[in-house]
Amino acid sequence: MNLLTLVLFLPLAGFLCALAIPRSNPQLSRNFALGCSLAAFLASLGLLIGFDRGIAGEQFALDIPWIATPEIHFHVGIDGISLWLIILSTFLTPICMLISWTSIQDRVKEFFAFLLLLECGLVGVFMAQDLFLFYVFWEVSLVPMYFLIGIWGHDRRIYAAVKFFLYTMAGSVLMLTAIIFLYNKTGTFSYPLLLSMLSDGRLTFTGQEQMLLFLAFFVAFAIKVPIFPLHTWLPDAHVEAPTAGSIMLASVMLKMGTYGILHFCLPLFPAAARQCAPWIAVLAIIGILYGALVAMVQPNLKKLVAYSSVSHLGFVILGIFSFTQMGLDGAVYQMLNHGISTGALFLLVGLLYERRHSLVISDFGGVATVAPWLATAFLITTLASIGLPVLNNFVGEFLVLQGAAMANYTWTVYAAIGVIFSACYMLWMYQRVFYGETGETVRHHMPDLRLREWAAIVPLIVMMVWMGVYSQSFLPPVSKTTARVLDQTRINVPFRVGTGNGHALALEAHNGR
Amino acid sequence: MAGSPLVTATDLIRFLPEIILTVMGTALMVLDPVLHKRSSYAFGHLSIAALVAGIGAAVLAYAHSGPAFGGMLMVDGFATFFRVLVMGVGILTILPSYSFLARQDAETSEYHALLLFSIAGQCLMAAANDLIIVFIGLEISSIASYVLAGYLRDDKRANEASLKYFLMGSFATAFFLYGVALVYGTTGTVNLTAVRDAIAGQDQPMVVFLGLSAALMFVGLGFKVSAAPFQVWAPDVYQGAPTPVSAFLSAGPKAAAFAVFLRIFLTAFGPIGSGWEPLVGLAALLSMTIGNFAALLQTNIKRMLAYSSIAHAGYVLVALTAHSEIGTAAAMFYLAAYAFMNMGAFFVVSYISGRGEKYQNIEDMAGLGRKQPLAAAMFTIYLLSLIGVPLTGGFFGKFYIFKAALESHLGWMVWLTVLGLLNSAVGAYYYLRVLVMMYMHEPGEAAINVKPMTPGMRLALILPAAGTLFLGIFPTWLLEFASRSAALVK
Repeated sequence: MNLLTLVLFLPLAGFLCALAIPRSNPQLSRNFALGCSLAAFLASLGLLIGFDRGIAGEQFALDIPWIATPEIHFHVGIDGISLWLIILSTFLTPICMLISWTSIQDRVKEFFAFLLLLECGLVGVFMAQDLFLFYVFWEVSLVPMYFLIGIWGHDRRIYAAVKFFLYTMAGSVLMLTAIIFLYNKTGTFSYPLLLSMLSDGRLTFTGQEQMLLFLAFFVAFAIKVPIFPLHTWLPDAHVEAPTAGSIMLASVMLKMGTYGILHFCLPLFPAAARQCAPWIAVLAIIGILYGALVAMVQPNLKKLVAYSSVSHLGFVILGIFSFTQMGLDGAVYQMLNHGISTGALFLLVGLLYERRHSLVISDFGGVATVAPWLATAFLITTLASIGLPVLNNFVGEFLVLQGAAMANYTWTVYAAIGVIFSACYMLWMYQRVFYGETGETVRHHMPDLRLREWAAIVPLIVMMVWMGVYSQSFLPPVSKTTARVLDQTRINVPFRVGTGNGHALALEAHNGR
Repeated sequence: MAGSPLVTATDLIRFLPEIILTVMGTALMVLDPVLHKRSSYAFGHLSIAALVAGIGAAVLAYAHSGPAFGGMLMVDGFATFFRVLVMGVGILTILPSYSFLARQDAETSEYHALLLFSIAGQCLMAAANDLIIVFIGLEISSIASYVLAGYLRDDKRANEASLKYFLMGSFATAFFLYGVALVYGTTGTVNLTAVRDAIAGQDQPMVVFLGLSAALMFVGLGFKVSAAPFQVWAPDVYQGAPTPVSAFLSAGPKAAAFAVFLRIFLTAFGPIGSGWEPLVGLAALLSMTIGNFAALLQTNIKRMLAYSSIAHAGYVLVALTAHSEIGTAAAMFYLAAYAFMNMGAFFVVSYISGRGEKYQNIEDMAGLGRKQPLAAAMFTIYLLSLIGVPLTGGFFGKFYIFKAALESHLGWMVWLTVLGLLNSAVGAYYYLRVLVMMYMHEPGEAAINVKPMTPGMRLALILPAAGTLFLGIFPTWLLEFASRSAALVK
C-alpha cells in the first residue's frame, strides 16, 4: 500500500461508505463525498511532491499478484504523463461536486457515490501497468458514467447513455481480443515487461499481426477520444449529461483515449503506428476543421462546446502522430489544457443553465450587464479555449503545430485554420450570450456567482493562467516521458533514425524533396 | 467384473449423492400427509438439508475418486465439479420457491421431490462414463423437469411450456439414443473410454457411422443446452414455467447437459475432433447471434432471459470448439458463473412478478431503483455480469472462454472470437434496457405493489450476487479446480 494506491482506493472506499449513508440525509452525502475527493486530491498532490522528475520510467510502482491463471497482477505505477492526468482527475472531482451541490436534488446519495466510483475508475486507468488491469478500469469507469448520464441527464438522457455505453463497449471488446492475443503470444499482461521484450527482441510481430493489433487497440481508443468519424456519441453524451458528467466526460474520460494511444499503441506497435500516421493525421485534421465548423452553427451552448472538444482533441491526435518531441509534448499539454478549459466551459454553461433553464444561445443576451463576474470568468475561459497567448491552450497548440510542421508542413496549414475557426465560434457565441439587449427573463434570473461557484471556478482560472504563463512547472516530466515514448517508437521500425524529426526526414526522402 | 463382488462399499460411497437425493425425494412424497398440515416450509427445509448432505457426499466421493460399478460411473474432479454445481443450483432454486409457492397456494411435496429427482439425474449425468448411464440420467432429469415446467397446472402458459418441453425433449432424447445405438454398432461398446480406444485403434475409423452418431448425439445434447438450431423450445418454456423453475432449467439441466457434452465429445469423439469442431463452432456462432438478436426484440423479461441463455450457450460452445483442457476449464468456470448470474436475474423477476406472475415485462421494472433499492442493486450486478463487465463472474467466464479460443490450434477461431465478442456488445443493449427501466424511469405499478421481502427471497437475491462478485474478484480458486479437473476428462 503506497501513496498511489491510496489515491486509487480512497474514492473506492468513499463510494462504498457513501452507499451506506441513509437517503434521508443528503447533506451528509454531499459533505462526505466532497471530503473524500479532497482527501484524494491531497494524496495526489503528495504524488507530485514525491515524483522524481529525472526518471522517465514508472514510479510509485506496486506489483502484487492478483489472479494466478492467467497471471494477472495488480500492477500500478505512474510516469510523467499519467501523473498529471491523475492529478487532473482528482482536481476536477471536488469541483464537480461543488457545482452539483444544489443542482442535483434527486437521489443525491447515489449521485455523489457514482462520482467517487468514477474517480476511482479514471485514476485506475491512468495508473494501471498491467494490460488486464487497465481493461478492468477502462470498463469499470464506464458504469458510473452511464448512470450519471442516464439518471441525472436531460431529456434525451437514456438514448445518450445507451449510445455512449454501446459505442465504448464495441470498441473495447476489440481491445480485449488484442490483449488476450498478446497474452497468448507472450505469457504476460505486464506492460513494462512487454516493452522490455520488444526492445531486446524477445518479442517480434509480423507486419500483419502488428497492424491488426494496432488497429484493435486504436479503434477502442479512437472511439473514446473521439476521432472523426467515430465521434457521433459525443455530442449526445455531452449535451444530455448533467454538468458534472459533462465535465468529467470531456476533461478526463476523453483523455483515456489519447492516453491509451500514447501509452500503448505507439510503444507497442511502432511500425504500424508510423505506417498509419499519415491517415490518422488526416482524420485528425478533418476532426479539427469539421468540429469547428459544426460548432459554429450550433444553436445549443453545450453542443457547441461538445463539438469544440472534437476539434481540440484533433490537435492532440495530430501532435501524437507527428512523431516529434514537440508534437508529443504539445499533445500531452493540450490534453491537460483541454481538461481545464473545456471543463471550465462546461461548468460555466452549467451555471447559465441553472439560472435560465435553457441551453439555447438565443435565449440569452446581455448577461454581462446583470452578472459581470460570471461574464468575466466566461471570457477568460473563452479566451483560453481559443488559444490566446499567456493562457494555457496557446502553449499546447503552438507546440502541436510546430511539431506537426516538422513532420509535414501542409498539416500545420490546415490545422492552423482550425485555430482561426475556434476564435470565430467561441467569440461569436460569447457575444450573443453576454452582450446585446438584456431580456426580461435574463434580467430576473441571472444572479452573479455565488461563493460556492467562486470556489469551483477560481481554481480552474488560476490553472489556466499558470499553465499559460509558466509551462515549466508542468512540461519537464512530460517531456521526459514523451522522449522515452519517441525512443520506443523507433524500435523495429524499418527506417531507424536518431534525430527528433526522423519521420519528417523519412517522409521528405520519400517524396524526393 | 467376474470374480469381484457386484457392488463394493467404495462403489456406494461414489454413488452416495444420488442415493441421498433419491431417498429424500421418495421420503418427501411419503411424508406429505404427515408434514403438510404442520408446516408448509418443512419440505423446503428437508430438501435443502438433503442437498447440503449431497454436496458433502459429493466431496466425500471425490476423496475416494475413481470408477464405480465396473466403469459405468467415473467420479473425478470433473464429475464432482458438476455434481456440486447442480446441487448448489438446487439449493438456490429452493430459496425463492418458499415465497413463490406460498404466493401461488401451491405448496406440495411433489415440487420438492421432483426437484430432487431432477437433480439426482443431473448428478448421474455428471458422473456418467457410459452412454447408457448418460441416457438414464438424462431421462431422470428431463422427465422431472417436464413436470416441473407445468407445475402450475391451472396456468395455460405453464401447460404449453410443459407440453412443448416434453414433446420436443422426447424427440431430442430419441435422437441421442439413436446416436448411442450407432456407436454401439460401430465400436461394440458404450463405455466412453472404451469407445475412444476403439476409435483410436481403428486403422480407418468408420467415419460415416461415427460421424452420423456424433451428429445425432449433437442434436440431442444441442437441444438440452438450447443451442441453435435446436433452441426454439427455450423461450416458450422459460416464459411459461414458474419463475424459480425457469431459473433452475436455465442453470441445472443445462450445466449437466454440458458436462455430458464435454465428456462425450472430448473423451469418446476426441480422436475425430477435426470432424466436429467446425460444426460445433458453427452452432456456437448461430446460438450467439440468434440468441442476442432475438433478445433485442423481447418485451417479456423471462423471454429475454431465455434468448440470452441461448446466446450464453453459444459462448460455452465456443469453449467446446476450442477442444482443449483450457477450453474445458473455461466452460466449467463459465457454467458456474452463469448459474449464479442467470438464476439471480430470474429470482429478481420472481420477486417482482407478484401473484399469478403478473408483472413480467421489462416495463414493469420501471422505478425499481427507487422503490426496491436492494433488489435493483442485485439485478444490476446480475445484468452487468451478463453483459460481461469486469469484476463480475460473467466477465471472467467470457474472458477465459475467448482466451481458450484464441489459443486454439484452429486459425478460424480468431474470427469466432471477434464475432463472439462483438455479439456480447450487441447483448449489452438489451441488458441495458432493463437497467434503464429500473433506474431512469418513474416507478410503475409493479414496483409500488411489491410485497415485502421474505428471508428466503432476500437470501435468494443476495447469495448469487455474492457468488458473482466473488468469482469476478477472486476467480483463481474455482478456475484452478476446474483446470485440474479438466485434465481428468480423458
